[in-house]
Amino acid sequence: MTKIDEKKELTEKVSVKNAPLPDTVYISLVQHLGKPNDLLDVGVGDIVKTGQLLAHADALVTSPIHSSVNGKVLKITDWPHPVLGKTKTIVIERDKEAVEEEFVLRSKEEVDGLSIDQLRNIIKDCGIVGMGGATFPSHVKLAPPKPIDSLIINGAECEPYLTSDNRLMVENPKEILEGVCIIAKILNTANVYIAVEDNKPEAIKEFKNQVLDFKLKVLKTQYPQGAEKQLIYSVLKRKVPSGKLPFEVGVVVHNVATAFAIFEAVYKNKPLYERIVTVTGDIFENPGNFKVRIGTPIKDLISIAGPLKKEIKKIIMGGPMMGIAQGTDEVPIIKGSSGVLVLADDEVAEAEEGACIRCGECIKNCPMGLSPALISAAASKGKWDLAKDYGLLDCVECGLCAYSCPVNKNIVQWVKYAKTKIKR
Amino acid sequence: MNNNLVVSTSPHIHRHESTATIMWAVVIALIPSGIGSVWIFGLSALWVILTGVLSAVVFEVLIQRLRGQEVSVLDGSAVLTGLLLTYNLPPVVPLWIPVVGSFFAIAIVKHAFGGLGRNIFNPALAGRAFLLAAWPTYMTTFHAPYDALTTATPLALLKEGKILNLAEMNLTYGDLFFGGRAGCIGEVCIGLLILGAIFLWVRGVFSLHAPFAFIATLALFSWAFGGTALFSGDWIFAILSGGLILGAFFMATDYVTTPLTLKGQAIFGIGCGLITFVIRKWGGYPEGVSYSILMMNAFTPLIDRYVRPKRY
Repeated sequence: MTKIDEKKELTEKVSVKNAPLPDTVYISLVQHLGKPNDLLDVGVGDIVKTGQLLAHADALVTSPIHSSVNGKVLKITDWPHPVLGKTKTIVIERDKEAVEEEFVLRSKEEVDGLSIDQLRNIIKDCGIVGMGGATFPSHVKLAPPKPIDSLIINGAECEPYLTSDNRLMVENPKEILEGVCIIAKILNTANVYIAVEDNKPEAIKEFKNQVLDFKLKVLKTQYPQGAEKQLIYSVLKRKVPSGKLPFEVGVVVHNVATAFAIFEAVYKNKPLYERIVTVTGDIFENPGNFKVRIGTPIKDLISIAGPLKKEIKKIIMGGPMMGIAQGTDEVPIIKGSSGVLVLADDEVAEAEEGACIRCGECIKNCPMGLSPALISAAASKGKWDLAKDYGLLDCVECGLCAYSCPVNKNIVQWVKYAKTKIKR
Repeated sequence: MNNNLVVSTSPHIHRHESTATIMWAVVIALIPSGIGSVWIFGLSALWVILTGVLSAVVFEVLIQRLRGQEVSVLDGSAVLTGLLLTYNLPPVVPLWIPVVGSFFAIAIVKHAFGGLGRNIFNPALAGRAFLLAAWPTYMTTFHAPYDALTTATPLALLKEGKILNLAEMNLTYGDLFFGGRAGCIGEVCIGLLILGAIFLWVRGVFSLHAPFAFIATLALFSWAFGGTALFSGDWIFAILSGGLILGAFFMATDYVTTPLTLKGQAIFGIGCGLITFVIRKWGGYPEGVSYSILMMNAFTPLIDRYVRPKRY
């Protein structure tokens, strides 16, 4: 792992503001890992309310979607998706007159009275998924196939530029901890770690001010410490074997934002229809963190953080190391979108690939102990088995190799390509 | 909708390092030792250096043109090859010697094997080996410091077997450290070479695995078996008297021709140390640093095949 230029100062001290409600939202049927929501609960022309179920699927590994505004279903159509090209998307025009209803709150006593199955069902029905970006349905992760002994709450937020988790920890530490209590109860473990990197002193202070039943683990800032396997090693010194999931070594990891969403689901009956998004980049006059309704097109967010100082050259959903460059500003925010990073011309390197000079930086920096240069060289010659031998399938695509490469090899691109060739 | 958006794979930010910044850093690190050498051996050393560097650059441009490649001479790699080649030459040689050496290094050793990043052997060292085989007299005629008289290098004196220690050579460790002895242009100013090596290490250009393994292995064997009795060898003399410091820090750390992994680099260094000792002790040549590195260059692909980084 390595220390890299963070650029978090752009937004880390800016309080979360509510983004203005969008006129139109684009809610994709696929916002999680697992079966897409193919069973529609609404049709074109229907009037929907904020939080109303829009679609679900009949499967274990899936997560329903809900309306993020009061309004009318305009159409159901293929629309740009930040990760998957185009997906079937429910387009809702917001009714500007309608007032949003309050949700029915649960008291602490009521929550304490809920059984573990009831809690899991609430989390499932509210459409909670992993908010760190992986979007794995939380209720599945809360039912590990074998008992676990430790829970790690991921507040590392190691991606440069992004500060949404940081602001959440600073502004809502109590709610996060209530969410953690619920997770710990479901998983039946008292061994809970809250892992935060030492570049977030405010968040660490807030947690220290709370009465903690959990262990606060302050980690040295390093990329990619927020990656599940790296975090488990940093906190517990346990290694998750290749191709295995964390529960195999008795651990489950949940993101702080997921803990917060679980708190809201259980105490407020609130489905996951909004999240905090960092909208950032040197290009903005007013970068910051915004509470954004799911389905808001990113062009709305870009205008909120503006005015712009320069012309836009690249729009990235997520952070600069693992985020995905977008071909259009029409793509909507989905449940896993933690940030929108916008870069200007002078920040976008379109350098040509040079010849590998075997400097070994990629190998030295690889958090998985792989040989990235050799993987990409093998992949570029179509030698898929050799690429696999050098560790292709263990690659987490953190991007440190390409980041540190002096000759601009598109190592991650070759890795992604080679993986698609092998997976068939 | 903005249609000028760049869409590319992550990561979207990069460290500000390139082949050029690395190569030029090494060139800069080598300059003090060259200046020291010109001070010690006079202007003839300067002409050798300049001729070698210039001809390396010219051959690089010509061959890249011939191969229809983009000319990349500004990345400094040809300058570095020329510089390292001349640093391995005696201070007084006919000026066609560095020209021929540069041609062999750039045309045969580098480009015939595919160009930057693909050569198996260190071009500068292979160039020197070629010159030594072809014109041994020119390549083994050395000059005394601050003097036009020809003399032998300390290691050559030792090889002849008539003089067995530093005192009989009228030298001190200080002389060896500050360049007060006969030798190749770039190898004599040990102090300035170490200064350059520290600069590169701090800048993160190379790690110290190969140089330390190289130096430690040679020192250990020279101490144990280099003297008249067991464990009586002069290991400080072994470190300072030849081309070890230049070779260990600036050629056993060459990216292209040495192993990728740190463990592999340590093995490479140990191999270099062993081979150098064997050549110095039993070989026909007084010095074995360059040949040891060239031989280990040949082992590099093998080392890379079997020494893999530790998986997570």
